[in-house]
Amino acid sequence: MSKIPEELRYLDTHEWVRVEGDKAYVGITDYAQDQLGDVVFVELPEEGEEFEQKDSIAVVESVKAAADIYAPISGTVLAVNEALEDNPELVNEDPYGEGWMFTLSIDNEEELEEMLTAEGYKKVLEEEA
Amino acid sequence: MRREKALIFELGSPGREGFSLPASDVPEREPADLIPSTFLRERAPDLPQVSEGEAVRHYVELSRRNFGVDSGFYPLGSCTMKYNPKINEDVAALPGFAQLHPYQPEELSQGMLQMLYELDQYLAELTGMDRVTVQPAAGAQGELTGLMLIRAYHEHRGDKRRTVICPDSAHGTNPASAAMSGYKVLEIPSTKQGLVDVKALEEALDEDVAALMLTNPNTLGLFEVDIPKIAELVHKVGGLLYYDGANLNAIMGHARPGDMGFDVVHLNLHKTLSTPHGGGGPGSGAVGVKKDLVPFLPVPVVEKVQDKYSLNYDLPHSIGKVQGFYGNVGVALKAYTYMLQMGAAGLKQASSDAVLNANYVRHLLKNDYWLPHDYGPCKHEFVLSAKNLKDKYGVRTLDIAKRLIDHGVHPPTVYFPLIVDEALMIEPTETESKQTLDEFIEVMKAIAKEAATNPEVVLEAPHTSVVGRLDEVKAARQLVLRRQK
Repeated sequence: MSKIPEELRYLDTHEWVRVEGDKAYVGITDYAQDQLGDVVFVELPEEGEEFEQKDSIAVVESVKAAADIYAPISGTVLAVNEALEDNPELVNEDPYGEGWMFTLSIDNEEELEEMLTAEGYKKVLEEEA
Repeated sequence: MRREKALIFELGSPGREGFSLPASDVPEREPADLIPSTFLRERAPDLPQVSEGEAVRHYVELSRRNFGVDSGFYPLGSCTMKYNPKINEDVAALPGFAQLHPYQPEELSQGMLQMLYELDQYLAELTGMDRVTVQPAAGAQGELTGLMLIRAYHEHRGDKRRTVICPDSAHGTNPASAAMSGYKVLEIPSTKQGLVDVKALEEALDEDVAALMLTNPNTLGLFEVDIPKIAELVHKVGGLLYYDGANLNAIMGHARPGDMGFDVVHLNLHKTLSTPHGGGGPGSGAVGVKKDLVPFLPVPVVEKVQDKYSLNYDLPHSIGKVQGFYGNVGVALKAYTYMLQMGAAGLKQASSDAVLNANYVRHLLKNDYWLPHDYGPCKHEFVLSAKNLKDKYGVRTLDIAKRLIDHGVHPPTVYFPLIVDEALMIEPTETESKQTLDEFIEVMKAIAKEAATNPEVVLEAPHTSVVGRLDEVKAARQLVLRRQK
């Protein structure tokens, strides 16, 4: 069973968000990395780029597939995880930690509230199985 | 004596040459006297130093490792790897065709023009379209051409639309082609039965939608039974319906995209119409359109006036040329030959047999592998999943694919469509005998059994190939494109 940390918020497209102060860390879930298999490349957005919620913001490529990552909330890219450039396997090894992808500014608190809780995301996975 | 794995650079000996030239009878000049130094390399290139015999043996050895429909069963889902009759090659090689120059005057090219004109008519009849261009050189280029036609159609009406809808089971090229032609791609989910979710489609449709791209039967090999309703909904908002013809082998002579409401289709002549496929082609991604889109077709189109054929460049609204000259006419010739050989009844029979073969294999394998979409019969292909074997024994689809190589079978399409976990997409085609299908079924059953009793032999496959299991992840993460000395 894949890990779903209680303290994070989720999208049904398998992104997670962790809020630290006025920044939102974004990555993909343990389930998503398991489905994709070995990640070989992550195409990250540029710092300073602005995105609307649900915009395609990054791409994850594994040996099996390439998948779009969607912006879980509207905001400006504050930082990207440059370690993924040389070590894309961090997404597999530590999806909720070292495998984070980028941080966004939080332009609209309400969008965060609307995201799934761990409980809600668990239900999404049960439906997919 | 065979040095199977050696690179050609590792063969031969310094100074060995495969040629000997006579002494030059003109004065020799230094390259530096003739060519600006910025264009001159500083060191001689590191070329293989082998004799002619060594070079020939090396490449013949490599060629023996090729796998094709001429060497074995090739059930690659969504690719229709049917046998390509050799008469196609005979006809395409006829000197009257093969030695024709593309600039030869029309009156000296009547045979070729007649062929292109008739192929256009036959393909239009097969798909229920009004005209067809065979200019695009491949399926993906056909898609791009089709979308450019859709854009031209809308823009000509002063209608700026920005969205193309693709179902989540679509071929990956569909959203890619839509994005490449400047559209925003909107993905809609499939139902549990693996069909277009009509409710989700209805919610996604508005006047910004330029087109819906669809394959029918879809990527799961299932026929979209709601297609009349889908067409009505898309047309109601002014959108067009695009048919990806990759799966046409299921329905030839039985159903026509044009009758289902599609406005644009692309056909992979190198799939359904038996022209060579794989290894990069050449292919042909013919595009058919309904009459409202005819004015936008690429130029030239072949016209027939009385008994004379001519090239018509006078289409003021044309999207222009999409390929040199008239497309891959040699490929078009092979498809034309195939259609004439088969005849209307033969093409219909081919689809019937393709569907029968797929259902036969599907039925006999569904207790050994998981069949996620087990509703009624499939069409020309079906998607199994190795999820049952992965969960119980840790044997994944990739391992099964590798093990098939040991049995002389080309692995099916794997991990596609994305909506099926551990997908194995199998398309046997009509050109395989029952004996071949039975052998394949036996092999698949044996691998499922091995997964339970002796998983290592599957996990470590292939065992009989020149190289064993390759590290795909390392190859993708640390790409080495130059030989390391």
